[in-house]
Parts: sequence; structure tokens; C-alpha cells
Amino acid sequence: MEQVPLAHLLILSSALFFLGIYGFFTRRNMITMLMSVELLLNSVNINFIAFNKYLYPNQLEGIFFTLFIIAVAAAEVSLAIAIIINLYRRFKTIDVEEVDTMKF
Amino acid sequence: MSASTIIFYIVSALVLVFGAMSVFTRMIFRAAIYLLFSLIGIAGIYIMMNMDFIAALQVLIYVGGIIVLIIFSIFLTHQSGDKLPKPLFKRIVVAAGMAAFGLILTLSVFYQTAFKATTEMGVDHSARNIGRQMLDYHHHGYVYPFEIVSFLLLAALVGCIVIAVKIKDK
Amino acid sequence: MTLDNIVLLIPLLPLISFLLLGLAGKRIPVSLSGVIGSVILGTALVLSLVTAYDYFFSIGKQGSEFIPYLTAQLNWLPFNSDLAINLGLVLDPISVMMLLVITFVSTMVHIYSLGYMKGEERFTTYYSYLGLFTFSMLGLVLSTNIFQMYIFWELVGVSSYLLIGFYFNRPSAVAAAKKAFVVTRFADLGFLIGILMLGHGAHSYDFFTLIERLSMPGSSYLATMTGVTFLGMSTLSWALILVFIGGAGKSAMFPLHIWLPDAMEGPTPVSALIHAATMVVAGVYLVARLFPIFAVGAPDALTVVGYVGAFTALFAATIACTQTDIKKVLAYSTISQIGFMLFALGVAGWGPGKTEGFTAGLFHLFTHAFFKALLFLGAGAIIHAVHSNEMKDMGGLRKSMPITHITFLLAALSISGFPFFAGFFSKEAIFSAAEQGNPLIYYVGLIAGTLTAFYIFRLYFKIFWHKTPDPHAHNHEKGMWAMLVPMILLAIGAVFAGYIPFGDFVSANGKPLSLPVELSHIILPVGLGILSIVVAAILYRKENDVPQRIITALGGFYRAAYQKFYIDEIYLFITKKIVFNLMGRPSAWFDRNVVDGTVQKTGSLTLALSHAIKRVQSGKLQAYTMYFFGGVLLLVMLLLYKFI
Repeated sequence: MEQVPLAHLLILSSALFFLGIYGFFTRRNMITMLMSVELLLNSVNINFIAFNKYLYPNQLEGIFFTLFIIAVAAAEVSLAIAIIINLYRRFKTIDVEEVDTMKF
Repeated sequence: MSASTIIFYIVSALVLVFGAMSVFTRMIFRAAIYLLFSLIGIAGIYIMMNMDFIAALQVLIYVGGIIVLIIFSIFLTHQSGDKLPKPLFKRIVVAAGMAAFGLILTLSVFYQTAFKATTEMGVDHSARNIGRQMLDYHHHGYVYPFEIVSFLLLAALVGCIVIAVKIKDK
Repeated sequence: MTLDNIVLLIPLLPLISFLLLGLAGKRIPVSLSGVIGSVILGTALVLSLVTAYDYFFSIGKQGSEFIPYLTAQLNWLPFNSDLAINLGLVLDPISVMMLLVITFVSTMVHIYSLGYMKGEERFTTYYSYLGLFTFSMLGLVLSTNIFQMYIFWELVGVSSYLLIGFYFNRPSAVAAAKKAFVVTRFADLGFLIGILMLGHGAHSYDFFTLIERLSMPGSSYLATMTGVTFLGMSTLSWALILVFIGGAGKSAMFPLHIWLPDAMEGPTPVSALIHAATMVVAGVYLVARLFPIFAVGAPDALTVVGYVGAFTALFAATIACTQTDIKKVLAYSTISQIGFMLFALGVAGWGPGKTEGFTAGLFHLFTHAFFKALLFLGAGAIIHAVHSNEMKDMGGLRKSMPITHITFLLAALSISGFPFFAGFFSKEAIFSAAEQGNPLIYYVGLIAGTLTAFYIFRLYFKIFWHKTPDPHAHNHEKGMWAMLVPMILLAIGAVFAGYIPFGDFVSANGKPLSLPVELSHIILPVGLGILSIVVAAILYRKENDVPQRIITALGGFYRAAYQKFYIDEIYLFITKKIVFNLMGRPSAWFDRNVVDGTVQKTGSLTLALSHAIKRVQSGKLQAYTMYFFGGVLLLVMLLLYKFI
């Protein structure tokens, strides 16, 4: 893996990140929005691991960050699902365009 | 070019392709499955970087937990069969524009930065070292965030139950 | 009690009457409120007599001349050394004389109103207004500072508005009160400008400082104010003329006399108090106060005063000869008599032998208060008995109202200048001063004096003679002691007030002045007066058609005089066509569309803006995140490329 330059890894993670951004803005379904958020988080994880491996091989900081991000992502997804289910019960739809009562 | 680099490029291409398909597809179940493959691909990248512990964690938690959760929620909200509506054209344009712009900005920053590697000796990234470091409360120890994350998980658990509980009307 | 405290109490007592009756009036039984008012005023009268005795016979004299005696002084608004508005009470021959006049006439009116206003629903309010008026007038005459006088001047205007418009259910009364207030207020604009000019020139607003600075021949202030001329008259003359305009408004001089005849809509005792004895003489008082400045610094202003007074005297006397409402006759008579007072002041000058006019004018003010108030109170009694103001409803009342008849006759003789009555002495003083001061004014005054005797006796004969008295008419005066006692007291004054050696007390420079009565001077006025009384008797004592033939013979001139020379119509034309159309309507349009419009447009603009902006909060999550991300990109760009 040493021949793969750091830049390529970073390209991978950035591309994944902005794919996630695009998906988050564009998808009309709450669950698919959640999936885009997962893409975002994973791209960040790749970034951390890459930097840890290439720039700071004597430390484990990147690994720990990744660990914590995975843990927090799990908690967040479960909470998000709970909220989506609640919204589904209230509005009978999970189309995010329909859920706009908190407006002017 | 050694074989590992070629494999790396193939796996990363797979990750990107599946990620894109997950974002673009109009069937919700398929999106979940594409995401699943994308995440497995990412686990593969971790393994190629010798971070097996993280790779294992990725598969265990992300693939085995989170994707399953998402699939459950798709079933619970009766969404599995229908096609998702297409978003507005204006929305697509604006979002694509912003994403592309952000990407170009980030890449330009990357290319202009000279990343300097440290010259110290590397540490083994085995699970044993990770465990030791995590429970260490000296310098570079992570026992404190570990405890906090456990609190967070407890709170998330209780919160999920509270939010999703069905109140029976009398 | 020291003199200072007494003088402080004199204006305070009517103020207490106003506050007491105004605030607690509902809880006091109605009959008691009138008595309270009268008792308080009576006390003020006694205190004024004590003050007058003290001032004229002990304190006021320094050597052989009377000097002003300050009894109270308060530094109120000291802005800087040049400009300070202080309050104070001063005793001075003219202010003490006015104290006596005001308190006496006010007390008589209070007692008279116990009978006249009996049964009136707002009896207590009436008495409280009387108290307010008396307080304001007393404050006006005791002022040391011209601004203080202006404050009380306006207060007098307000209380006269309240009193004239007392019967507020009558639209004519409301209109009359409004007219009085607006005309006098308009005149007070001139007064204010004059005050400011005087203050600016003399760097003071205090009367005695002003007199000292602007009437000493060598004073630098006098030199600056008389040095610059504008259209031929010096700054000081203009200032004094403007001040006089204010005085002319209050004293109903031509052309600002229009409010006084309409003000007869108020109750008759009010007319007696305000329009005979006190408020209308405020203008005369003002000129008298500033007399040294007039005489020394701006003699041309004094000439203007004289001519205005003389013209008004003749003008009003002519109109009075034609009116049929008895109160209007008396109103025009008042205007005419004040004209006499002002032209007497106008022909006076400074220096030995020339100041007789000053004393004469103020003497006439003093005696006029008595006989004019008496005439009004008598008219009130007659109106009370006959329930009408018009002369055609009266006639032959001499048997059914004997006391009114006698007192009215005494007052009429006094105003005509019949020898040995009070009016004789004061009028003679005026005529002799005018004869040596300004012959034109003398002749005009002579004609006016003749007309005075004529119209007043026309009034007398038409009320008490003219028709045969009804033998079965009951005595209208039975039980009206409250109305008769003041009339009798005033009649005593109207007859005997002339015997006071007025010149010993009041004169322009403080030194006693003798006013001799010389046969050669009195022959002409007295003769003409008696002649006009005889003519009036011939025309009006018995019913005949000679007056009607004279009226038709005079034709258009009579009609014009009867219509008050159309002055009111001219004013109405000016206000309606010119002021309302050229100034009122554009201002209203501007106010509605520009001023209000700006405010409304600001409101609607804000509303439109908010409608446009509110769409940002659409409730759509993805929109919010797009804004958020866009902001982050922007910040990143800024930080990277601006602040590296």
C-alpha cells in the first residue's frame, strides 16, 4: 500500500463525502437521507485512518477517532430511525417535503 | 505497480460506484443494499491499510447493525415496494453545483498542501495495542472518552425507546 | 402679618376658591359654595384695602414720590446673566389701584351671582371659574417680569374662555368663547414677539430693569434699540407696537374688537366682571406699565396708541347708538370707553406738564370700573325680570324696579360726564390732557363723548320710560337683596369715586400731580353732554316716530352702523376664503398624505419586506441544510483566500 499516494486516498474520501452531500440534498425520502449521512461519516473515517497511517504511524489517535465515530454513528442512526418512525405515525409518510409544518 | 495497489484501485472504484448508485437509485431497498456493498468495500480498504481491528468493527457495527436497522425501518414504514419520487430539477442542479464546487475546492487544497510525514518509528496497530491505549489514563490514554461514549450510548438507547414508544389511547 | 404675606395672600385666596370649589364642589351644598366664594373674595378685598392703606400712606412713599415696592421675588429660570425669567410681586401705584378695583368688582359680582345664578345647575363650577379668573387677573397686575405677566395674560384668556362659554349647550356661546380666545391669542403673538424684541434689546425681562434701561435718555440699550430703523420706525417702536397689539387684542381695540360684543353670550355678571372692569383693561394696564419706555424711547409708538384709541372710541360709540340688544350697547360702550383710556395715555408725554394724560387715563379706568360694572349688573337685573335682551321688550320699568332704576340712572349720569359724578372728573381730566396734547384727538374724543351721553340715555329712556308703566306689574325686585346690595355699593362708588384726589396717588413719575377742574375747559364737553341727554329724552322718553324718521333719513349709513360696519363679515371672508383655502386645505392634504403617508408606507413596506423574506423559513429540512452548507463553503473560501 505504500505506493498508493496519500492524495489518492484523499480523493476517494472527498468524492465519497460530496456524494453523500449530494444525496443528502437531493433525496426525498428520510431513510435515504440517513443513508447519505452514513456515506458522509464513512468518508471521514477513511480520512482519519489514512492520515494516521501515512502521516503519524507512531500514534493511534486516528484509530480512536474512527472508533468513536463508529460508536456515535450507531447511536445516531438508531435515534434517527426512532424519529422517522414517530414521524411516519404522525404524517403517514416519510417524504421529507411533506413534513414542513414548522414554517412561517 | 504491485498487485495490492491494483486491488486498492478496484476496491475504491467499487466503493465509489456503489455509493453513487445508492444515492441515485429510485428503489429504496436497492439503495440500502448498494450502501451495504459500499460499506463492505470500505472495510476492505481498511484491511489493505493493515487496520484489521477497524475493519472488523466496520463490518460488525455498520454492516451488521446499522444496515439491518435501516432495512427494518424500511419494512416498518411500508416503503419497500414503491418507486421513490424524483426530486425537482432545480434541486438537482443546485445540489450538484454545490457538491462539485466543494469537491474542487477540497481537492485544490489537498494538492496545494505539502503533507509532512513524521520520522518516528511506527507502532503496531494490533487490537492488543489499541486496547491497552484505550484503557490507559496516562498521556495519550482514552479511557475518559471511552466512558463518555458509553454514557452516550445509554442515553441514545433510552431516548430511542422514549421517542418511539406507542402511547395507547384510553 | 407683614405686608409681604398679605400681598402674597391676595392672589392666593381666589386660587384657593377655584381649587376648593373646583375639586370638592360636588360634596359642598350648592348654596354654600356661592357663600364660600364670596367670603373668600371679601377677605381678599379687605386685604387689598389694608395693602392700599399701607402702601399709599406709609411704605410706598419715599420723600414725596411713590416708588415700586417689591414684596416677593423668586429666581425661576436664570438662563444666563442676560436672560432670566424671575417671578415676583410688586406694589406700585397702578398695581395697588388695580388690586382695589379687581377685588372690589369681583366681590360685588360674587355676591350678585348668588341671586342671579340661583337655580343654575353648575353653580359651583361658575364660582370656581370666577375664582380662577380673579386669581389670574391679580397675578397679572402684580407681576414684576414681563414673561410672568404673559403667563397670567394667557391664564386670563383661558378663564375668560371658560366663563364666556359657560352655557356650553348653546352653540352661539361656544362660538363666542372660541372667537374670544382665538382673537386674543392671535394678538398675543404680537405680544410675544414684542416681548422677545424688548428682552433682546435690553437684555432683561424684568419690568423695572426694562424701564430703567430703555427710558433713561443716555442709556446704551436705548441707543442700540433706537439706532436702527426699519420702515421709518426704530426697533424699539416696533417692539412696543407689537406689545401694544397684544394689549389691543385683550382690550378690544379696532380691528381686534370683534370678540367683545359676541362675548355677551356669557352670563351677565361675567360680563360685568370681565368685560367692564378687569380683563379688558389689561391692555391699558400694560401700556401704563411700560409708559416710561413709550414716552421716552418711542414717542411714535405712543402716538399710534393714541390714534388707535381715539378711532376706536368714535367707531364703537357710533355703533352703540344703533344697537337694540342692551348688552351689545354696553359692550360697544366698553370698547369706546377703553378707547378713551388709551388715547388719554397716548396724548401724554414725559416731562413736567405733559404727564396729565397718564393719570387721566388711569383715573378713568378706576371710575369706569364702577359705573360700567353697575350698568351691566343693572342690565342683568332687567334681563332677569323681563327674560329678554332686546329693548323692544322693555319699557316703563321704572315703577316695578325702583332701585335698579335709580342706580342705573346714577351710572348713566356718571358715564356721560354729568357734573359732580365720578365720570365727570375723570373725563374732564382726559379732555384737558387731550386738548393740550393733540387737538385732533381732542375733537374726536369730544364727539365720542357726546355720542356716549346720547346712546346711554337712549338706553336708559327706552328701558325705564318710553312706554307707560303697567300698574299691575309686581315689584320685580322683591327678595333680590343679593342682586341689589352690590348695585347700591357700586352706585356709591360711581358717584363718589371722583372725589378721591387721584393725582396724588397715581402719576407717571411717582410724584403727586394735581388735576384742577377749570371752568373754561369743562364748558364744551359738559354742554355737549347735557345737550345730547336732552335730545335723547326728546326722542325716547315717550313713544313717537321721530327716531324712525331719522333712521330712514340716515339710510345706508345707519344700516352700516347697525351691522357693525360689516367688520365681522370681512373677517369671515378672510378666514374662509383665504386662510382655509390657501393654508388650511394644503396643510391638511400634506398632513394626511405626506406625514401620515410616510408612516403608513413605512409600515406597509416593512410588511412587504417581511412577506418576501419569510419564505426562507419553509420548514423543509433539505433547504436549511443547503443554506448551511453554502454558508460553510463561503466561510471556507473566505478563510482560505482572504486571511491566509
